[in-house]
Parts: sequence; structure tokens; C-alpha cells
Amino acid sequence: MSNEEKKVQKLVEVEGLKQYFPVKSGWGKTIPLKAVDGVSFDIMPGETLGLVGESGCGKTTVGRSILRLYEPTAGEVRYNGELVTRKNMHEFRKEMQMVFQDPYSSLNPRMTVEDIIGEPLDVHKLYTTKGERRDKILHLMELVGLNAEHATRYAHEFSGGQRQRIGIARALAVDPKFIVCDEPVSALDVSIQAQVINMFEELQEKLGVAYLFIAHDLLVVHHISNRIAVMYLGKIVEIADADELNDNPMHPYTQSLLSAVPIPDPKIAKAKKRIVLEGDVPSPLKMPSGCAFRTRCKYATERCAQECPALVDRGNGHKVACFNQ
Amino acid sequence: MSEKILEVKNLHTSFFTDSGEVRAVNGVSFELDAGKILGIVGESGSGKSVTAYSIMQILASTGKVVDGQILYRGEDILKYNKDQMRQFRGKKCSIIFQDPMTSLNPTFTIGSQLMEAILLHTSRNKQEAHDRAAEMLTLVGVNEPEKRLKQYPHELSGGMRQRVMIAMALACEPDILIADEPTTALDVTIQAQILELMQELQKKLGMAIILVTHDLGVIAGMCDEIIVMYGGRVCERGTAEDIFYSPKHEYTKGLLRSIPSTGNQKEKLVPIGGTPINLLNMPKGCAFCARCSEAMKVCLEAVPEEIQLSHSHYASCWMNVKDLMQKEGGASNE
Repeated sequence: MSNEEKKVQKLVEVEGLKQYFPVKSGWGKTIPLKAVDGVSFDIMPGETLGLVGESGCGKTTVGRSILRLYEPTAGEVRYNGELVTRKNMHEFRKEMQMVFQDPYSSLNPRMTVEDIIGEPLDVHKLYTTKGERRDKILHLMELVGLNAEHATRYAHEFSGGQRQRIGIARALAVDPKFIVCDEPVSALDVSIQAQVINMFEELQEKLGVAYLFIAHDLLVVHHISNRIAVMYLGKIVEIADADELNDNPMHPYTQSLLSAVPIPDPKIAKAKKRIVLEGDVPSPLKMPSGCAFRTRCKYATERCAQECPALVDRGNGHKVACFNQ
Repeated sequence: MSEKILEVKNLHTSFFTDSGEVRAVNGVSFELDAGKILGIVGESGSGKSVTAYSIMQILASTGKVVDGQILYRGEDILKYNKDQMRQFRGKKCSIIFQDPMTSLNPTFTIGSQLMEAILLHTSRNKQEAHDRAAEMLTLVGVNEPEKRLKQYPHELSGGMRQRVMIAMALACEPDILIADEPTTALDVTIQAQILELMQELQKKLGMAIILVTHDLGVIAGMCDEIIVMYGGRVCERGTAEDIFYSPKHEYTKGLLRSIPSTGNQKEKLVPIGGTPINLLNMPKGCAFCARCSEAMKVCLEAVPEEIQLSHSHYASCWMNVKDLMQKEGGASNE
């Protein structure tokens, strides 16, 4: 076999993605809020890429821009090598779906579970008879561990964990190959969180879907991801294999982020030295020049203020955007 | 022996709603020693916040403490009248909440909100209260305190607001600080800052802290003693080491199994099955029995009593009773 055939085709390629939002700054002026500022990454079929960062770093916007819930300011998204544009997005939505954070506001309270899960089937006309539609819905409910008898109930009759299952069933209805999971377990209690995480893993084994798993809980992301990308103020600062990133974080931001994770083990937690960052995240409207992290970085030099470091591969696909590490 | 400053005995708090009595707290007992950090951990609806609110007497209008005692230095605060309670709140015991945005008044400056508590509880005049407010802001690590005193809450970031809340709570040097999910709304790096600050202040000022949270990681790093709650009852209480290294209640064990480990060996999580308890429809026996993989017949029928397992470790689980009986049975057979 030739080399090219062996190479696995990338499922999703994101290239130079930029998403600016106009913000009124008084006196009729608008200035751009750079929510995502040049983000590139690939996702392989059946892979989970974790995307972490603090609130306001643009991780959710990345997920939404890939699916064109926002029209990106610049950049390209390719699915299976094909460019995703506004025109053909409808077709690609059959391949790419999304699970939202809040299982309370992302389900229509006036629709029964059957209709919520059935809506993507209606939109994409994926059935010929009513019986087929119902069979598909019941199959999906079974897949995510919901009781089929509950198909005629409304969303408010379910608990948070069950609602998230409904949201996942809805995403799976069109048999997608790629799902953007936007903080899917953040709103859930610990014991329920574990149920949903396990379900994501089982579905991946069964159906071979790839995930972009957006979350702020690093323990969860490390558990579920093959690779992890760390974002800070609209840019990816580090991307690496999950274990590699955990053991050998190179970017000063990743280092402090990892050291700030509360460890559920008293001996380790009490002995652990945290790298406490000074100050707050700067406003994305008043972004610092050069490297966005330099205002909180203890290694910052003059060069960091002048140039923005590019994401450079340091071997084995471990990419870091920092001059000093 | 350190001094006991707060003792909660058999606390029952209910909410009287249209759909019936919701027994949010169902016989909770614990003690708090001076200068210690006590963690209360549990899922939503476990009654952890209501326990904290019962101590402060700030329950919603439908809520009422129906039974039990809350002893502050031996005095039952449930028998306090309104004035005594006002003296207790803020001066002896204060509370910080989860969301620093909604717990600060948006129409007053930081300074006037900070000074209000100081003027109310101490004999300082306005100028002294102002100085004290600035001093408190410096203590909690807010830069440019004089400028901040003139600012409104919306001008500060989430982490800064939570610092202001802490400054406000500590301005009158209370003996007890109740922190109700103080870092849940904050990012990890800001959370680390606030937790570090709370530990530092605790060492400096020597107050006792009751930390209410759902995050086992936060609890592990902060607390001397831990209470695990489920369905309005205490499942297990003991030192951090007792709870994390030798849990003796099936719920605690389940919780610990369901969080991802820090290492690189990726073991599958073991979730707790089922759904959280409905407080309107409490089972007759152990609150956790419907989700417990080890549930026995007796668990369905009777509420397990608290058993002392070591000098610091208590658990309410029939499994421990069974173990004890087997041991005793084994001993008598010999």
C-alpha cells in the first residue's frame, strides 16, 4: 500500500478561524470584539479533541463557528476535505451536530421528547412512513438510556441528566460523524456527570463519532479526550496529546491552569503548590499587544509585547505558542 | 481539645409548598471547633445550603426550622429574637454566597456596602468605617482600595466581587464564616486565588469556616473535617483523610468512584445509577437506598443510625451495622 492510502483522512479541518463581533463603543462607533482570533486544528475520525480555557476565551464560539451558528469573519472549515460554506451548510448539518451546555434552556418546553428527537429527522426527511419515524426515535432513546415509555412526556418532567440524554439523542438522530459538545456535563451533579461521560464514551465506541469536547473542568477533559487544546483570549496557546499535556505542560498558562485544578485527594491537594496567576483576564476589547497572556505571565519579556508567538510543533504533535518555553 | 463554637443538633428544616412539605434538612447534627474549616459536600438538593441558611436564619419565607437546636457557644440561636439575631449575623457569623453579582447591591458603591456592616456592628464613626473598609479591601488583595470604594459592583470582575464579598463578611471579625459555594461561579485560576485567600485569612484571623460545595476537589484541599450529605441527611462525617481514604458510606464511595482520576491510566468511571432523590417523595428507609448497589432489605425499611467508627469518623449506613454484627457474631462463635 502506498503511504497516501495509509494516511487517515482528516474529518474536520479548521484553518485560521476568526470570529469578530461588533460592539458599540458609544458615539456611533463600533469596535470588533475578537472572540476567536485565528484558530487552526484538525480532528480525526472517531477522535475526541478537548478544548479548555476560562470563560470568555472563545471556546464556545469556536464550536459554534465550526457549525456556522455564527458566520465566521474569516477562515475555513473543511469536512472530509470539502469546504463548508453557508450554502451547503444544510447538507453538512447531517454530518455535524451539537450538544449544548444547559439541558434546561436547550429543549423546547412545548414539545414532547418524541418531537424534540424527531425534529432533525423531519428537517432532513430521513423517514418514509410515520412508523419508521417512531421506530427511529425509540431506537435513539434506547441508545442514550432513556425509557421508551417516556416518549410522550415533556422536557420539564425529566431530571437534568435525563434532559442531557434527550439533547444527545437529538444530536444523534441524523447519524452524524462529528459532534460539538459544548460543556455538556457542567450543569450536572457529579454522580450524574459520570453517567453522561460514560455514555459519550460508549457512543463513540459504538458509532465511531468524533467529538470536539468543550469544557472548563480539566479532570473531565483529560479523562475523555485523546488530544487537548488550550485556549486563552481567542487563540490556541497549546495543543498536545492528553497525557502529554497533563505530564508536560509547556505554556505558562497551561502550567498555571493545571496547577489550579482542585485535586480530590487531601494529601496531594494539601502538598500541591499552585502557580497562582496575578490579576484577571484582560478584556477582549482591550487586548494586550503581542502575546495576549504576557500581562499575567512571569516569564514575559519585551519580545512578548511586540510579537505574537506562533503555534510551533515541539515534536510528537505537541504545539506551543510561547517564545520562552 | 479545641473549643466548640457551633453545635447543630438534630436540625430539621422544611419548606411548606403548595405541593406539600419538602423536608430539605432531616436531622442533621455536627459540631464546629474554633479555627477549623468544615466542609459540607453533597449534590443539588442534598440540603447543604439549607443547613447553612438555617444557621444564619435567612431561609425563604416558606421555610422553617421545625425541630432541633443550633448552639452558638452554648446559646440556642433559634430562641433569639430579631434584634439578637441581627447582632449575631455579620458580627458573630457571616456568609458569602455563590454568585457575587447578585449578592451585591448594584445601586450602591462598594464602599457604602462595606461600611454599612461596619457602622451597624461597631462603634466606629464614618471616617473610621471608611478606613476600615479600605483596610479590609487591602487585606483581601484588592488593588487601589480607595478607588474601588467609589466604584459600583458592575465595574469589577467576578473574582474581584467575590473578594469584596469576603471583605464585607470579615469586616466585623466574625467567629464563623459560612461560604456557600464561594468559587462555583469562578474560573479555575480565579478559584485558586480565592481559595488561597480564604486559607490565608483563616490563618491570620483565626475564624472557623463552613465551606459548602459540591466540588470534592475544593473540599479535599481546604477542609479539616467533612460532612457528606444526601437527601437532607448526613451520610458520613469525619476528617478529610477518613472520608477520602476510608469512606464508610456507599454514597461517599460512589461519589469518589465517579470523579475522573488525575493519573494517565484511564479507567472507566463508575457512576452512581438512577436519578437524584425527590424530596417530596422521600423513601421510608435510607434516602440513598434506591440508587445503592449494596441495598439490603433493611435499607428500604428503616433509616440507618449514625455509628461511630473511630474517634473522628461517623457514618449512617446499614452496611456498617452488618459488618459489626458479623464481627460480633464471629467473636461469639469462637
